[in-house]
Amino acid sequence: MAEIQAISPVLRPEAEYLPFAVAALDERLAGGGLASAALHEFAGQTASMGDDAAASLFAAGIASRASTADILWIMASPDLFAPGLASAGIAADRLIQVEAGKDEDALAVMEEALRHGALAAVVCEVTRVGMTATRRLQLAAEEGGTTALLLRRWCKASDDPLSTPSSAVTRWRIGCAPSSPLPVAGVGRPRWQVSLMRQRGGDPFTWLLEGCDAQGRVAVPAEPRRRPAPPRRGEARQAA
Amino acid sequence: MQMRAQQIESLPVHQRPSARELGRRSEVADNPFRAMSSPTKAKPVASGVEQMFPPMVTTIAQKQRMILAAVDDAAAAAGLHPGMALTHARALMPDLDVRDADPQGDRALLHRLALFAVRRWTPTAQVDELDGLLMDISGVAHLFDGEQRMARHILRFCHRAGLFGRIAIADTVGAAHALARFGKERISICRTHEELTALGSMPIAALRLDERQRDGAQRLGIERIGDLVAMPRAPLSRRLGGSLLRRLDQATGRLAEPLVPVVPFEMPDVVRRFAEPIGAAETIARVIADLTQDLARLLLSRGLGVRILRLVCERVDRAEQAVVVGTARGTRDIAHMLRLLTMKIETIDPGFGIDSMRLIALRSEPLDPIALTADFGENAPADLASLVDQIVTRLGQAAIYRPTARESDVPERSIGRVFPLEVANCWSTLWPRPARMLRRPERIENVLAGLPDHPPKRFKWRGVTHTIICADGPERIRGEWWRRPAESHAVRDYFRVENEHGERFWVFRRGDGEHACSGDLSWHIHGIFG
Repeated sequence: MAEIQAISPVLRPEAEYLPFAVAALDERLAGGGLASAALHEFAGQTASMGDDAAASLFAAGIASRASTADILWIMASPDLFAPGLASAGIAADRLIQVEAGKDEDALAVMEEALRHGALAAVVCEVTRVGMTATRRLQLAAEEGGTTALLLRRWCKASDDPLSTPSSAVTRWRIGCAPSSPLPVAGVGRPRWQVSLMRQRGGDPFTWLLEGCDAQGRVAVPAEPRRRPAPPRRGEARQAA
Repeated sequence: MQMRAQQIESLPVHQRPSARELGRRSEVADNPFRAMSSPTKAKPVASGVEQMFPPMVTTIAQKQRMILAAVDDAAAAAGLHPGMALTHARALMPDLDVRDADPQGDRALLHRLALFAVRRWTPTAQVDELDGLLMDISGVAHLFDGEQRMARHILRFCHRAGLFGRIAIADTVGAAHALARFGKERISICRTHEELTALGSMPIAALRLDERQRDGAQRLGIERIGDLVAMPRAPLSRRLGGSLLRRLDQATGRLAEPLVPVVPFEMPDVVRRFAEPIGAAETIARVIADLTQDLARLLLSRGLGVRILRLVCERVDRAEQAVVVGTARGTRDIAHMLRLLTMKIETIDPGFGIDSMRLIALRSEPLDPIALTADFGENAPADLASLVDQIVTRLGQAAIYRPTARESDVPERSIGRVFPLEVANCWSTLWPRPARMLRRPERIENVLAGLPDHPPKRFKWRGVTHTIICADGPERIRGEWWRRPAESHAVRDYFRVENEHGERFWVFRRGDGEHACSGDLSWHIHGIFG
């Protein structure tokens, strides 16, 4: 027990929290929001690229609201499209992209950037990451006072990235849901099935949310109860 | 008759009697002015080059008129000379290639040449007025097998560099200056104590006089330097100013004239030599720390910040191991330089041991002290440049960038890259754009869509069939005809479509569905919305 206490990070009492400004979310989160100087993990619900893009945008919205400083986005492959992030809150003049081919390089760059402290948030796309690495990232985030967002990407359909243990403060799973209905033909505001798989000091929960607007804010759909539940797909999810 | 014909021939064209007066009516009476040859055409052609390029001159403004600053060989052969009014020159040669003189550029080039001379030929060199270089070659000439050969060597270099040069070697600066500009040969060497003989027949302009003195001397009828030497000194000094005599004495060697040499920029470098060869990574790291401290002190004393650092380790087998790191902004921060160098420490192969290590600031820029606020910089935001340096050192220059908007409607061309410390332009958020973009558009199959502008109802991509529930579009993007002729009619119709699971894709069709030249109606997927 003493060992466990020794390795578990101590959340400082004066730690700052970043609220979603959505009452339904914030009251479920320990601290009333996401801890600013901490590590958070995001993954798509399934291995499909749509879920992956939704997780990216969800992380982008959080990063854009973290502070007004620059955001470092560390990518494995250059498939991020900056104009798309602009509509999720990250204006082009705040985004710096890094192409790190390997996971080790990406994690090393992320740790340096977190310790540096000049950035609002650091987003890093990785496929595999171990417990030690996430622990280092969490300490670096605390030291630099920077929000660390780890975007876990699926490398194959049977390999759930959130199945491995991690010392992230929160772990999220984002999936696409049918967009909000419009009175005319067309695609409405995107909706996501957002599952908080694990949080330190709180319970897991699932919401249906509307996607980020140009300020990076999510919203609760106006009439969530009247809608039929979004179809479940993929295999049974494992708790992280 | 022959005589008369010759007489008529010798008259100017317009004075010749007309054919009618000569009683020959059958000849065609030409316009007499057409037959006149222009004075420029009558000039002989100097060389083959001139036929391709018209004579070139450079001009400079002098008191509201343009005068020639320099002329090339062809123009000089035609009688143009520096100082002539441009209008006069144009009247002499209508097809003149006139360019603006660039005195600052000339001076910069001369300065570079002087720096080169300091490194290559002699330690003391100075830029002389607007068009010359003074070099003190005492004790140097024997390294080039004598003065004559040294002069030829330098002229050969100038020729390779595209410069025309003349060289005079004399005991005094004044004599060398005069001989190089007014001497007869390209290489003239004046022997000791023969300055007066060599300069005697030269115009007094060779003495570096100002305009007033030259005019005054001309009024007195003094044209040659020899005349000047023959005159009594005291009245000359009263009449034309003491500086004339000083120039004369400098040329003859009665007055000393030291050179003010250019000082080449020396790269700040520090070195450590070891009594015993070192090899352990910890030792190397400690030496790097010492070197960095020394270099930072050196940079501080010279007011410089380093942009490129080079660490050279000389091994016992005389092989060199070099590490180069760059910084995005000039810095002399010890911790930062040390961090960058330490990241590269594993690339150093010590072999059997390292004898000496040298740290060189390969490129540096002026870095002034920065004023701190009242809290001594405690709460100042961290500088992004140091992070950029770390990432560049780890992953390379191309790995980190800021995306910026480019003026283009084609999605893959609308995105550019700038260095992270530069400012990027923003995109409009009016149009929906995907979060992830495929490297290149991928073909989708089994597309069920109505013409001309209906979104697909169903398609198959990567083996999965997607049924479309709702869609937006089309957003028509036309090809950029100014880039490639193939794009002049090309059209892409983009649709945002959502499948039964809520996944949103960005698909497009080549062609507008009406004109065959706009595309082949094939469907592609280009991006994925979140």
